[in-house]
Amino acid sequence: MAVPTVAAPSTGFAPTALGGVGRVVEHHWRWYRRNWRATAVSSILQPLLFLLAFGVGFGALVGSGPNAAAATGGVPYLVWLAPALLAMSAAQSAAFESTYPILSGFKWQRIYVAMASGPLTGAQIGLGVLSWTGLKMLGSGIVYVLVIAVFGGVAGPGIVVSLAAAVLTGLAVASLITAFAATVENEGNAFSALFRFVVIPMTLFSGTFFPVDRLPEWVRPVVWVSPLWHGTEIARGAALGTWTLVPTLGHLAVLLVLLAVGGVLVARLFTRRLAA
Amino acid sequence: MSAPTVPPAPQVWRLLPAGSYAGRARMMMVRSAAASRRTWLAFVSGFFEPLFYLLAMGTGLGSLVGDLPGPDGQPISYAAFIAPGLLAASAMNGAVFDSTYNVFFKLHYARLYDSMLATPLGPVDVALGEIGWALLRGGLYATAFLSVMAGFGLIASPWALLALPAALLVAFAFAAVGMAATSFMRSWQDFDLVTLAVLPMFLFSTTFYPLSVYPRWLQIVVECLPLYHAVELMRGLTTGVVGPGLLAHLAYFVVMIGIGVVIASRRLEKLLLR
Amino acid sequence: MIAARPVGAPGYGLVVSDALVQARGLRKSFGAVEAVRGIDVDVAPGEVFGFLGPNGAGKSSTMRMIACVSPRTGGTLSVLGMDPGADGPRIRARIGVVPQLDNLDAELSVRENLEIYGRYFGLPRRHVREKATELLEFAQLTERAGDTVEELSGGMKRRLTIARSLVNDPELLLLDEPTTGLDPQARHLLWDRLYRLKREGVTQIVTTHYMDEAEQLCDRLVVMDGGVIAAEGSPAELISRYSTREVLELRFDPERRPGAAALERHADRVEELPDRFLLYTADGERTQGDVVGAGFVPLSSLVRRSSLEDVFLRLTGRTLVD
Repeated sequence: MAVPTVAAPSTGFAPTALGGVGRVVEHHWRWYRRNWRATAVSSILQPLLFLLAFGVGFGALVGSGPNAAAATGGVPYLVWLAPALLAMSAAQSAAFESTYPILSGFKWQRIYVAMASGPLTGAQIGLGVLSWTGLKMLGSGIVYVLVIAVFGGVAGPGIVVSLAAAVLTGLAVASLITAFAATVENEGNAFSALFRFVVIPMTLFSGTFFPVDRLPEWVRPVVWVSPLWHGTEIARGAALGTWTLVPTLGHLAVLLVLLAVGGVLVARLFTRRLAA
Repeated sequence: MSAPTVPPAPQVWRLLPAGSYAGRARMMMVRSAAASRRTWLAFVSGFFEPLFYLLAMGTGLGSLVGDLPGPDGQPISYAAFIAPGLLAASAMNGAVFDSTYNVFFKLHYARLYDSMLATPLGPVDVALGEIGWALLRGGLYATAFLSVMAGFGLIASPWALLALPAALLVAFAFAAVGMAATSFMRSWQDFDLVTLAVLPMFLFSTTFYPLSVYPRWLQIVVECLPLYHAVELMRGLTTGVVGPGLLAHLAYFVVMIGIGVVIASRRLEKLLLR
Repeated sequence: MIAARPVGAPGYGLVVSDALVQARGLRKSFGAVEAVRGIDVDVAPGEVFGFLGPNGAGKSSTMRMIACVSPRTGGTLSVLGMDPGADGPRIRARIGVVPQLDNLDAELSVRENLEIYGRYFGLPRRHVREKATELLEFAQLTERAGDTVEELSGGMKRRLTIARSLVNDPELLLLDEPTTGLDPQARHLLWDRLYRLKREGVTQIVTTHYMDEAEQLCDRLVVMDGGVIAAEGSPAELISRYSTREVLELRFDPERRPGAAALERHADRVEELPDRFLLYTADGERTQGDVVGAGFVPLSSLVRRSSLEDVFLRLTGRTLVD
């Protein structure tokens, strides 16, 4: 009888906590390099179209009329709108990236399931996905700032802070929606209800296109809970130089708390779903 | 040499090959109705989107604009200006969504149409059934939205009653063309093209501000877009400024329907009966 | 064409025929690819007829033409006495189809799948309700009637697909790879259901690449390969015509594997496969003794009866499942 041969030691090894997140980001980066064209329209063209339609088209309609000037504090409508659109497009793409693609990772393409069968933990996968979403928002945000500058929508270097605020807003939104998506089993109702009842009202009632004091009194509470409103206030304040310390810190605190809560939920819910 | 002789099949629709239409498109709608019972929330939520837009843009943007000239030059409130635009846009959006994403999914992933073609149903039944369902749904949304407009006092004329059939016509046209386009799509990546077509139309077809904002050459481009004709049609009806010009808008959609249905049926035939 | 055939040969009586399905020189091309290259088939009422062959042999294309969802490229085809090209809806109204991949309606419940499918056939609502109850019983899914399709196991989905195909009491049932991907228990349950249908007189056409399935189910079958029919007969006929009674399977250590030529004098015929040798012989036990006596040391050896797999190997030089 032959002596049974012992196989050579495996070449795999478990990552550190942060290293695991990095591997997930790398996975998405690899995929993106191959498929970036597919998302180019939605991530770059979409905010550009909104900028043209409202910043340029609608801006021309209201011109520097008294109504508009009273609302924007005297700056051209385009300049007033641009930093807010930056935050809005981050929040919108965050919402989109955190719904169907997340469900697909669990259910259709099952890439999270595949990752979890290797040495990665559920929390690393969840936070890795979130980090990737943040990086992508940063990338399209930079492109968007350049486009705004071409159209004359940039008032000063404060726009860099606006960009950071926009990415933070997007991350807060993405973390909460990703956590929600990790609990969704069936796409039937959940996402369309989320978009219709949460995402669209959020984009419309966060002071992007007009000051929120123009809304009826009873809609205001919707504004206060909207992460996009907090992000818009920072982004616009920074771009126009109209911000003041205490309210800005307040808005920042809200966004950070939302992100922290969302991040913890993502880590827990990914762990739970992938262990099931 | 020939196959056994049997009486010829009834040639229902001469444009299309034999055997592609069994006259049972309504059974597809029965199926859609049963399926939507499970996703009623998604079904109902479709109504709220234009409502939120009306609320936010009508009051918020309206405060920046004040009144605008209506179709006959008489000033109307900003809300009364955009409401018919939103009605037209929601007819387009609903029809396009139903006839692109939904149809593509059923065609390539759920293989739903394959199972239907194993029955007497043919590709024309499938196409008409899906378009019919999209219309039924769009009709319900349009009715609800028109009631809201009436509630807010944004309807100036009994002609507005005709906005409902007009919305159905518009939805039919977009659904037919959407389905024809879907039959050419190879993967989800192609759906970015749908966004590329629908979003600019939504934003630029005089939904939110009048044509006069644009330079002349851009006005001509906008005047070619189907949503522009839908918005102008609706605006004419809800403000009561009705003239023979509206018939030209109607004709635009009749042509769109004709082209869309013929291409969609032929392409579905080709895709499903390989 | 008719005159060229002697009375009694397949193909005689093209017009006056009681065959449910009759194909002559049937062809199907997709662009430059010829999937079906001229086949003759007759399926008699009440029989279970099989298409056996590997993936890509043209079985599914043939089935789709019979199901009137794929126009033929050439030849003639009649199904239930009608021409699929002209009478698609009328033929489809009277047949049942079980596709290779389940295409149940995921947005509907188990019961709704049956009822709404029945409505596509123009059956009255009341009739469909009663029929669904009966079919749920038949498919052993009565308890799951209200569930969505997604909650069912693979075997249950398959049974539901078969139940669905019976909603119009078809005269002819087409089953494309009915048990692929199912566990053995689920397969036996399905075979039992199909056998019951046969006893009720439902004609069935089955495609499969499993020879045990073909042997279990089919009264008569054709072996397809590369778009043509390689042989035709009952399972037993085919085996006796193209194979020996028994087969000896030998596996060797890859390092010490003999050449096929060295084994040839011990059997009627030897087939060399990547992982084993097949020795065709009337008496497997005796051949086994001969081989070991000649000094060969197989890792394992197995004596079994010849199957349709062997018929296929003989006819095409290839295995069915690869």
